[in-house]
Amino acid sequence: MPEQIVDHQSTDERTATPPTKPVSRRNMLMILGIGINAVAATLFSVPIIGYIFAPARQREMRADLAWVSLGQITQFPEGETRLATYRNPLVRPSDGDTANIPCWVRHISADKWQVFAINCTHLGCPVRWFPQSGLFMCPCHGGAYYADGARASGPPPRGLFEYDYKVENGELLVKAGQVPTLAQPPSVASADKSRRCTCA
Amino acid sequence: MRLIKDLGEWFDFRLKLGKPIREAMEHPVPKNTASWAYVFGSASLTVMILQFVTGICLAFVYVPAADGAWNSLQTLNQQQAFGWFIRALHGWGSNFMVALVIIHMVQVFLFGAFKYPRELTWIVGVFLLLMTLGMAFTGQVLRFDQDAYWGLGIGASVMGRMPLVGPKLVHLMLGGPIIAGETLSRFFAIHVFIIPSMLMAFVGVHVLMVLKLGINEWPVPGRIVKRETYLKEYHELTHRDGVRFIPDAFRKDLVFSGLIIIALVLCAAIAGPIGPKGQPDPTVIQAIPRPDFFFLWSFAALALLPAKLETPLLIVGPLIGVGFLVALPLISGTGEKSWLRRPIAVITMLLALVSLTALTHLGTYSPWSPVMDAWSSAPVPVKLLEGRSALERQGAVVFQAMQCRNCHSLGGEGGQRGPALDTVATRLTEDQLIRQVLQGRGNMPAYGKNLSPAETTALVAFLKTLRPAGQAPAHDAGLVSVAPTSQGEIEETRR
Repeated sequence: MPEQIVDHQSTDERTATPPTKPVSRRNMLMILGIGINAVAATLFSVPIIGYIFAPARQREMRADLAWVSLGQITQFPEGETRLATYRNPLVRPSDGDTANIPCWVRHISADKWQVFAINCTHLGCPVRWFPQSGLFMCPCHGGAYYADGARASGPPPRGLFEYDYKVENGELLVKAGQVPTLAQPPSVASADKSRRCTCA
Repeated sequence: MRLIKDLGEWFDFRLKLGKPIREAMEHPVPKNTASWAYVFGSASLTVMILQFVTGICLAFVYVPAADGAWNSLQTLNQQQAFGWFIRALHGWGSNFMVALVIIHMVQVFLFGAFKYPRELTWIVGVFLLLMTLGMAFTGQVLRFDQDAYWGLGIGASVMGRMPLVGPKLVHLMLGGPIIAGETLSRFFAIHVFIIPSMLMAFVGVHVLMVLKLGINEWPVPGRIVKRETYLKEYHELTHRDGVRFIPDAFRKDLVFSGLIIIALVLCAAIAGPIGPKGQPDPTVIQAIPRPDFFFLWSFAALALLPAKLETPLLIVGPLIGVGFLVALPLISGTGEKSWLRRPIAVITMLLALVSLTALTHLGTYSPWSPVMDAWSSAPVPVKLLEGRSALERQGAVVFQAMQCRNCHSLGGEGGQRGPALDTVATRLTEDQLIRQVLQGRGNMPAYGKNLSPAETTALVAFLKTLRPAGQAPAHDAGLVSVAPTSQGEIEETRR
């Protein structure tokens, strides 16, 4: 048995009344509706945009958090370059191993040090230290650096990134906290170096 | 049967979809589009649907957290029933999809199908290509292993080269100041929610336009596309000499899609899941990061570009490339469709394909990367040591210990960063060898600080023996009054 369904489309025509006044109650309601939804959209979207773009806002790190220890200075014999790791100062519970950051510590002489970021200045691959030839080599695009971090060959636009360091109570501390890139080298001193290099 | 018919009518009365679907299915298309050249779009769509299915399956088990993702991939590979197979299907499906989308695009380009009135279909297609590549890249990140970690590092380094906004973009991409938990969560949301929903919308529009505007006719040389006459001509073509879209034009799509699915299943079953490689622990620095197959060309380009061009090209290159593809139908929306009458288009396409293939091929063995363990794993060939003096053999020891081998090969083993040294003594004199080793030149670092005079003497003594029997050692044309024997030697000494 076929069902009888009344098709309302044809009878809806009666609702379409001719325009009467410029600002009718219906027009008012439409304007009000658009206005309310504009406000609603703003209220809704501002926090969402803020949420998504939050990481782009520079987080100023508390000075006491930014300095992380690489361990006792006795671990780093004079004249050698050794791998050290630290736990990133800004860490979240689910970060796991990814918050453990490696770096190269070069103990030049008594109180002179260099701490290099692991990341090649070309595209961030992990550079490896070869003590025999005194070179850092990158496995990605063949960048090479001398023992003091200066660019030796290959595509890197500058020498290795360096961390600011200090020695306190027999511990070597570095100022860490973010992945080093050309735009944001970890140390101010090495930022100057980068500027010189890219202009040349 | 009666019941099914009634039920169908009951639904159709309410949905009102029967008529438009039937019209879409049976709309006439040019007869010669029922061709094997026209099957790649539908195959891309088929693989995309399979990717959705396998992707949802993976999400049942995958843990999108930096401290759990790698382990959950192991669970999928080792413990979960069919987990390895679903991973294999999804990973290989990604390769299939990128390949099919590219082939589809090449076909559409060569057939001039982007011309009036199908400009927007092409432009939407360009964005579909970008989304497909976006899925491939973000998917590679979700396979959260060493390659993913350092791949993100490369992404961050590229972003960091942007002027002004660089640091902010890096943080935005990584979801924080370092590659960590939030980075993976961010890429998970992009890979699973953002790009797929955009893909669905764009594919919907793309297919709708194909249905509404009709399938591009087989291009005939001399049949010029003009805005004034094209629609009328196409209408005549489809109505005079057309076939129904389904089933006539659809049969080959059906067969090809089926074959693609079977090929994918076989590929997944035989080759197995892709990765994961080592754990995403940055302190394990013995990583040799490599991108997936379809990004090898960019990996190669980044190694080979002149350093000064790199930053400008990284920033402007993609804009130019995408801009060209988007603008193509707007610039060249009319005229000849046939590849036989579009030599510049064909040459451009060939140039692009040859470049991408060559770069990809180079990327598979990356001759520019040092072989990090060659100094300790590839011994000096015995025949290069036979009958040598003690000093020369000591030089071979220095050669290995100083990691020269990481960049220079002997007997076909070792790095290809620098030239192979099997015949170096025919090219460089003793003085040139000493200068090259101590001061470096070109891409070679200077070893002056790390070689004692005794080591240098031994090393050069060994290098001087590296020439085939019967070939004269190199000589300095400036010192010897005899005329050089060949053009090559003049070049060598001038350099």
